[in-house]
Amino acid sequence: MTQGKASPDTEPSAARSAWGPRLGWDRGALARRITALPVPAKWTLIGAFVVFLYALPLLEIPILSTPDTDFGAVLFTVASYVLVALGLNVVLGYAGLLDLGYVGFYAIGAYTVAVFGSLQAQLSWWLLIPMAVVFTTISGVLLGAPTLRVRGDYLAIVTLGFGEIIRLTALNTDWLGAAKGITGVPRPPSVELFEIPHLQWEGATAVIDLDDTTTFLVFGVADQAPYYWLALTVIFIVLGADRMLRLSRVGRAWEATREDEDAAELMGVPTFRFKLLAFASGAFIGGLSGALFASRQGFINPESFQLLLSILFVAAVVVGGAGNRWGVIMGAIVVAYLPERFRGFEEWRLLVFGMALLILANFRPQGLIPPRRTRRAQAVDEQLEALEEGTDRV
Amino acid sequence: MLLEVEGLCVNYGRIEAIRDITFSVEQGSVVTLIGANGAGKTTTLKTLSGLRKVRAGSVRFQGRDVTHMASHERVPLGISQSPEGRRIFPGMSVVENLDMGAYARADRAKTRSADLERVFGLFPRLLERRDQAAGTMSGGEQQMLAIGRALMSHPTLLLLDEPSMGLAPKLIQQIFSIIKEIREQGTTILLVEQNAAQALKIADSAYILETGEIVRTGTGRELAADDSVRAAYLGGDV
Repeated sequence: MTQGKASPDTEPSAARSAWGPRLGWDRGALARRITALPVPAKWTLIGAFVVFLYALPLLEIPILSTPDTDFGAVLFTVASYVLVALGLNVVLGYAGLLDLGYVGFYAIGAYTVAVFGSLQAQLSWWLLIPMAVVFTTISGVLLGAPTLRVRGDYLAIVTLGFGEIIRLTALNTDWLGAAKGITGVPRPPSVELFEIPHLQWEGATAVIDLDDTTTFLVFGVADQAPYYWLALTVIFIVLGADRMLRLSRVGRAWEATREDEDAAELMGVPTFRFKLLAFASGAFIGGLSGALFASRQGFINPESFQLLLSILFVAAVVVGGAGNRWGVIMGAIVVAYLPERFRGFEEWRLLVFGMALLILANFRPQGLIPPRRTRRAQAVDEQLEALEEGTDRV
Repeated sequence: MLLEVEGLCVNYGRIEAIRDITFSVEQGSVVTLIGANGAGKTTTLKTLSGLRKVRAGSVRFQGRDVTHMASHERVPLGISQSPEGRRIFPGMSVVENLDMGAYARADRAKTRSADLERVFGLFPRLLERRDQAAGTMSGGEQQMLAIGRALMSHPTLLLLDEPSMGLAPKLIQQIFSIIKEIREQGTTILLVEQNAAQALKIADSAYILETGEIVRTGTGRELAADDSVRAAYLGGDV
């Protein structure tokens, strides 16, 4: 717990001990140990982890790899969910706005690339990505401007409708490819530089397999690792921006608005403008993820943007811990990776997946890694229970 | 006059919360609005800080018409409110709450340490709690934080909504003496209170609200001495 100098009389030890067993371990411990390391050691550690992440599709580690699907492809899917979760986290976790139509932005990003890259024009991929992002950001502002004036449940309903409207519009507009969708979506431009061999595992020993290689950097159909690398790179950029925003005045304003909108206004925070900014930033990232999805897929149709996807996105953020970027990344990994890992279970896999979510909801109601403020709020609740209310004192 | 309110009417839907009220607050004074629950005191204060829409009438602050100005635009002008029910940011620490109070000021970084010192001088309790999550503090401490946070914006006019609500008698005394101290430091105060006895004691002028209308006006001392006021609001003895 990050309670700082909590004095014993306002923080009954009951609240503390109630936390201990539930969490199982001191979450701050790992983070503290890493920050306590000397700077060069810390950066080496972070660097090694980053290299490991990039190398994942080449390592083909047996327990991680998905036996029934191409691991590179699964990693890309996971990465695009992570990206979406980071975007939705700005809206839902930071600004506290329940957006149930996030798939709408994902779809707009994907359709921008598909429509202007294949169906109606053949623009360069380098132009399509910024276009997709600009279009989704604008649509975020257009959706947000009238709807962010309503609060809570109404916003959820309006955004839910938005997601469906986007899908139905695509489904019923010939210019957008209608039900048959759009093929030949441009892939990221390839440069053929060198070959990287994969590892092959025999039990616990690994050998370099020279027959199984990935060409750097070719975005083809068979080998999906380069798409994963692209998405991972985008994630790092988004993470950097996310961190900057969070620590800035903008982050503070979001936090205040989420905790108490009226009180935030009384502090001089233009809450509406900041909610709109959160919506637009979220749309930006969602659109980016959709655009990457379309250029990997090569083919999109309205079926790819079902309402269920919005729910899954929200599930990823909530399961992980809304408001904590590392939490939502974990959540996205759970939501995207588990069904692929257990594809071997055939139709049972969704049942298993649903059960996993239920178990998580029961044992970690605040998410896998809840943000500091949620942990604090939980402590308050437990403290209040302990005091049984009404004993106001200083 | 620092604040002039004229013919103010505010509705909640079709219900009239306040009807045609007119009053003013002089620079450097403590003015109090007292009255029973539901008399419209809090609505009046929320309207002055911009959280409620005005149906009719006008609000002028330092001669400037602010009737329809948004809340967040009034803060830089010098209007600051400590909201009813100690609405602090529960997940933020004491210091983070105070920093939010200075959010609207461009020169906040320059005066931060002096401002914090001032607030901690008024409320030494907050200094002891400075890194604690605000939501884990007691009611009295949260009230202190709400007032301290409102002071961080360097207000010309401080709006206090029921600062004594739900507090123990000893603590109420303490809060009121701090309110006097804030006034002595040069901040004008508009105080809304159910604790009429205490409020009238420190008020230069007072208005009594009843079902959305001002029914009595006078200096704090006059009203505190008035028999009918004593009977209705002071429980017969002060």
